[in-house]
Amino acid sequence: MKLDEFFVTGDPIIFLSQIAIGLTIIGLVALISYLKKWKYLWQEWFTTVDHKKIGIMYIIAGVLMFFRGGVDGLMMRAQTSRPGLELLDGQHYDEIFTTHGVVMILFMAMPLLIGIMNVVLPLQIGARDVAFPKLNALSFWLFFGAAMLFNISFVIGGSPDAGWTNYFPLAGVEFSPDIGNNFYAIALQIAGIGTLATGINFIVTILKMRAPGMTLMKMPMFTWTSLVTSVLIVAAFPILTIALLMMTLDRMFGAHFFTVAAGGDPMLWLNLFWLWGHPEVYIVVLPAFGMYSEIIATFSRKNLFGYKTMVISIVAIAFLSMLVWVHHFYTMGNSAAVNSVFSVTTMMIAIPTGVKIFNWLFTMRKGRIQFTNAMMWSLAFIPCFTIGGVTGVMLAMAAADYQYHNTMFLVAHFHYVLIPGVVFAVFAGLYYWWPKMFGFTLNERIGKWHFWLFVIGFNMTFMPMFFVGLDGMSRRMYTYSESTGWAPYLGFSAIGSLVLAAGFAALVYNIYWSFRYASRDIGGDPWDARTLEWDTASPVQEYNFAVTPEVTELDQFWKNKKEGKNKLKKEEIKDIHMPSNSGIPIIMSVAFGIVGFFLIFEWFTLAAIFSIAIIAGLIASSFDYDDGYHIPAKKVLETERKWRGDL
Amino acid sequence: MASQTSTPLEYSTHQNEMNILGFWLFLGAEIVLFATLFAGYFVLEGGTADGPTLAEIFVLNDVLIETFLLLTSSFTMGLALHQMRHNNLKGMLIFTVITLLLGAGFMYMEINEFIHYVHEGATLQTSAFTSAFFTLLGTHGAHVSFGIVWITMLIIQLVQRGITPVTSRKFFIASLYWHFLDVVWIFILTFVYLRGVLM
Ligand code: HEM
Ligand SMILES: [Cu+2]
Repeated sequence: MKLDEFFVTGDPIIFLSQIAIGLTIIGLVALISYLKKWKYLWQEWFTTVDHKKIGIMYIIAGVLMFFRGGVDGLMMRAQTSRPGLELLDGQHYDEIFTTHGVVMILFMAMPLLIGIMNVVLPLQIGARDVAFPKLNALSFWLFFGAAMLFNISFVIGGSPDAGWTNYFPLAGVEFSPDIGNNFYAIALQIAGIGTLATGINFIVTILKMRAPGMTLMKMPMFTWTSLVTSVLIVAAFPILTIALLMMTLDRMFGAHFFTVAAGGDPMLWLNLFWLWGHPEVYIVVLPAFGMYSEIIATFSRKNLFGYKTMVISIVAIAFLSMLVWVHHFYTMGNSAAVNSVFSVTTMMIAIPTGVKIFNWLFTMRKGRIQFTNAMMWSLAFIPCFTIGGVTGVMLAMAAADYQYHNTMFLVAHFHYVLIPGVVFAVFAGLYYWWPKMFGFTLNERIGKWHFWLFVIGFNMTFMPMFFVGLDGMSRRMYTYSESTGWAPYLGFSAIGSLVLAAGFAALVYNIYWSFRYASRDIGGDPWDARTLEWDTASPVQEYNFAVTPEVTELDQFWKNKKEGKNKLKKEEIKDIHMPSNSGIPIIMSVAFGIVGFFLIFEWFTLAAIFSIAIIAGLIASSFDYDDGYHIPAKKVLETERKWRGDL
Repeated sequence: MASQTSTPLEYSTHQNEMNILGFWLFLGAEIVLFATLFAGYFVLEGGTADGPTLAEIFVLNDVLIETFLLLTSSFTMGLALHQMRHNNLKGMLIFTVITLLLGAGFMYMEINEFIHYVHEGATLQTSAFTSAFFTLLGTHGAHVSFGIVWITMLIIQLVQRGITPVTSRKFFIASLYWHFLDVVWIFILTFVYLRGVLM
């Protein structure tokens, strides 16, 4: 392979990006060296096994990826803002909607949610850490390595261009001979392994590490949704693993899973992809439901209405989500009977979802609502998500779907589900749990700017897509003619996306401002909240709880607070066992990244040589008998004194 | 000799319990993984595209030997675990080594089988059927090879440390993995080979 094939050349914008990436890397390395922070970074972050720090790293990476995916989105909106524009050519547009979709779902939504789960989940159940801290670090680094690998595609080698769904035969070598789609196959594979490990880790954590007395039906709602999401991960991700394996074999090793001429079947890809892909959307939306439940209860000053029905409906949603995948290809030659069955199962999901919406509304009824930022996002979620849900039922009707299948109507629908269902929730969660991570609250006034710009921009951007979609504009069209009459709608939508972007900028400014100026004097429980994570300092001590809390009912922390029983007894404090840091996860991730890179470029000998590093890493961790260390009781006592003021 | 207590050694700590539960969940994921491969195989088994069908190329004898080797290895793995429960390191090691030898024998036979197919003109690239066939079997074979390396590492650790809560837990988990591969093989035998003969 020649150098000019290796680097993407010929496009001035990409050339500038290459220079910018190079300079950023050099600048970062120089800055860290200048500040002499390498040792600090290595010891405190790169090798950490602390769930809170891992969670923070997930969140930082997720926000960066949101920026990347957002820029892709803005570029698409700019390109279609006027008829006949030539900002991007067709190929470039294809690459951008592909990376946009992949980045948003796998490298933005997943890490942000898993990041918040990492921070909050062990605290909510009164645990010291997750069940397998080192595996948790490995999950993070695999995700991170995969994200970096995927992101370099646009400057090195070329980006995938067959959509985030990567349908065959388009995604096969015959129609996509460039290596772009190899990036898709390999990066997703690596990230998927990490996600699967996270799913297993969280299930064991929740089942085995709850505080004494916390039965399943006394678990906070966010813990419940995390549990169900984790089960979905374990059930769905292996399907993706195999689908990607087949894709890899077809593209790189000449196999014929999806080539019709050799007896293969492209519909196999569609089925496997959506057997994973549909549950995947619930994997990202269920934790969001959990966050809203916590936040709405806290800021309505009431306990959650219909706790039991909430639990039942999450389980029902998760179960049904595995049974609806065919609704993604009603038009591809199924029999009417098959389509009808999947139409009905799809619509059935609306029932438990509706139950949840009403439960949230009833929680607020007669509550003393506080309009904090976290609560504002939760309030905005309800109408926006309902629009997404109702249009989803429209799409679920197989016969009608023949009309708007693969149109902008669909694009509008899933953004109305995903953005309120995931992004609003992540924002709500960040405002709510920020003090747990950093010891101060984000600024509420700048937060309102963030809120209004984003919510208004969001509706401006995506509402017009419903109309052009119904008018026949198909999805993934990179340009159109004046005579279609879509120009005013799409122009409006483009302006909306700028407002949306301004909202994101306000968030970034808020983070910056609050880091510099926000008050650090907020105590452990700034929101007067209900669940156990608020029974710790802000930011949380490294050992989480000095003494494992005991639970006899739902919202134990709230009850203790009302009864004035949140006192700690000095005699109860003992030495605390902690896991040691480990460099193996990050090194393994680098090894995976290198092997992945060589596979993408089909340099198989090099890939084989470097996979020895992966095996060596596995062996090294098998022989690692490090049993951690203890924090002496005296030190725990000191730390607790500092933030509680008593003892 | 340590007497048998009510909970086996591998369950003796909370962390061990969690590791074992985590591994069961991992096996759940593995079931989905193999189920997906089987589903792909069923969809594509007719897609031979003028290439050979399974019935035309395979040698029942070899497959039966493979089956015998793997099933026996599962049995000796059970014996090794039994020795572990009786705290008999030496017996445990002997049965483990036998297990690994049987596993290696299985791999030897399977590689031979693959070479035979390639000579008959059936490679990964021949047809959708061969792609699915080799991928399903190859994934199983890769799992067996991985298991051999893994258990070899455990033997070293057992020699170094003896039977402790940690080593016993690791060994117990590896044995679950090994039995699981046996179960998968029975499905392959039934739904790939025997079905292939009948069709
Ligand atoms: C920053 C705001 C966003 C803008 C302006 C935006 C815009 C767009 C546009 C214009 C398309 C492609 C339409 C086409 O096919 O031509 C698209 C596709 C898509 N978007 Fe977004 N989007 C945004 C946020 C998100 C978020 C937050 C998610 C997920 C959580 C998301 C997920 C997707 C997916 C999965 C696709 C389909 C990609 C494909 O067709 O392969 N987007 N988006
Ligand atoms: Cu779906």
